[in-house]
Amino acid sequence: MSLNGKAYIAGAFEHPTRFAPEKSVAQLHVECAAGALKDAGLSFADVDGYFCAGDAPGGSPLPLADYMNLKLKWMDGTELGGCSYLAHIEHAAAAIAAGKCSVALITLAGKPRSQGQAVGTAPRVLSADRPETPWDPPSRWGIAGIYAMYAMRHMHEYGTTSEQMAWVKVAASHHAQHNPHALLRKVVTVEDVVTSAMIAKPLHRLDCCVITDGGGALIVTRPEIARSLKQPLVKIRGCGQTIKTNNGGAIDVTRTGAERSGPLAFDEAGIVPADIKYASVYDNFTIMVIAQLEDLGFCKKGEGGKFVADGNLISGVGKLPWNTDGGGLCNNHPMNRGGITKAIEAVRQCRGQAHPAVQVKNCDLALASGPGLVLGDGHAHATVIFERE
Amino acid sequence: MQTNESLEHAMAALAQDPYVGANPELHEFWQAAARHELLVKTCTQCSRAHWYPRMFCPFCASEDTEWRKASGQGKIYAFSEVVRAEPPYILAYVRLDEGPVLLTNMVDCDPTALHIDQAVKVLFRPAQEGRSFPVFTPY
Repeated sequence: MSLNGKAYIAGAFEHPTRFAPEKSVAQLHVECAAGALKDAGLSFADVDGYFCAGDAPGGSPLPLADYMNLKLKWMDGTELGGCSYLAHIEHAAAAIAAGKCSVALITLAGKPRSQGQAVGTAPRVLSADRPETPWDPPSRWGIAGIYAMYAMRHMHEYGTTSEQMAWVKVAASHHAQHNPHALLRKVVTVEDVVTSAMIAKPLHRLDCCVITDGGGALIVTRPEIARSLKQPLVKIRGCGQTIKTNNGGAIDVTRTGAERSGPLAFDEAGIVPADIKYASVYDNFTIMVIAQLEDLGFCKKGEGGKFVADGNLISGVGKLPWNTDGGGLCNNHPMNRGGITKAIEAVRQCRGQAHPAVQVKNCDLALASGPGLVLGDGHAHATVIFERE
Repeated sequence: MQTNESLEHAMAALAQDPYVGANPELHEFWQAAARHELLVKTCTQCSRAHWYPRMFCPFCASEDTEWRKASGQGKIYAFSEVVRAEPPYILAYVRLDEGPVLLTNMVDCDPTALHIDQAVKVLFRPAQEGRSFPVFTPY
């Protein structure tokens, strides 16, 4: 069954905080939920489906559903790392299409900034019963080092340069200057990026995303409910999700799960990449935007570096307006998970509610796409295509 | 060269390691690693070696796999000097001559002299939990 047109995004909310030491994670989730419900014109009593991921206290929908005192018919705690919330949109649309719930709430929140987490360079510690963990942690692998190897391999195979990767950050900074909530609002140049401190060669500090407290929430609902509300209509046109496994060690780290989640979403939507007016693409590191744009089909494999250069991702300047909120590189990366903010900015663009300086004209088709967990080590990927109706 | 004393120490340390204890079917690998031998699980049906080791073949789903002693040689697939870490270290993906790529460290080398496709060989280092794990160095 196709999900095309079976559900709509009725509410979207990005928490304005980037540093919240005075608040609990549960309270941040509730504030995000309340914000999205207010945005939709609905209340907690209307929610009958709840979706959350590993950031939720207890790692299950139950503690937060109890905290919010929700009356539910459908619960989903699918944990796919940073792209969980994009997958949740697909799961919510499927549940709604099957008649299992009518108003689905998706929340994300966390506070790694106030907890002082050195997310990028700290060795990752995973539970002993995960089958891959006896092998990986002794290498002290951290996120920055893994994605640095990914960048190096992309450079080796395709001739991608540090300057091309820097253009991704430059575009994000051009957008973030207009976002009063963005953590980093200063416009930067290619030279600023390539002369910033080296973190893990070849990634510089400004190739890496921010670490922020905060969160976001979405409301997915049935078409007739969405039509009864006041917000402009944003239809879920197509969805795709996948896992790209470690593949028994036969890995290719230059290719992301977007090469599967993208075609699934485009096929369900019945459109091609050239139809997309705005793209939110998860930017944990600059290289990942280049690789995913290739894998999604916005350019040929290996040509992502040329594609992003010279301001091609800057709204009003380039051919593909991208991450117009400033993305994870400049605006927000709540709980080290960028999936929900990608969907929220795509919804703003479809509604015509992005900042006027970055709003894409006639934005009738938008995409949100991103990975979860770690490339080369088994990563999920999800893509959602939205249509303004 | 590994002394008898260090081998005994490495074997005894396995009993304390929670990562070893959580996966009883992999003891043979860690015992070999304590002797500084690298084993690779190989499928006797499709003949492909895989990493990380499993009791079934991730390529053809056969449960007919066996441990084989690897050459211990391979080539760098990708690497990064994590300069921001304290102390800095070199993360690497190494493609074993037997086929699979594994996540590891480069040690005993000049990071500025490393390159993709460089020939490397295995060494073993103690993990903090007790087991010995494979790392690589140019040769």
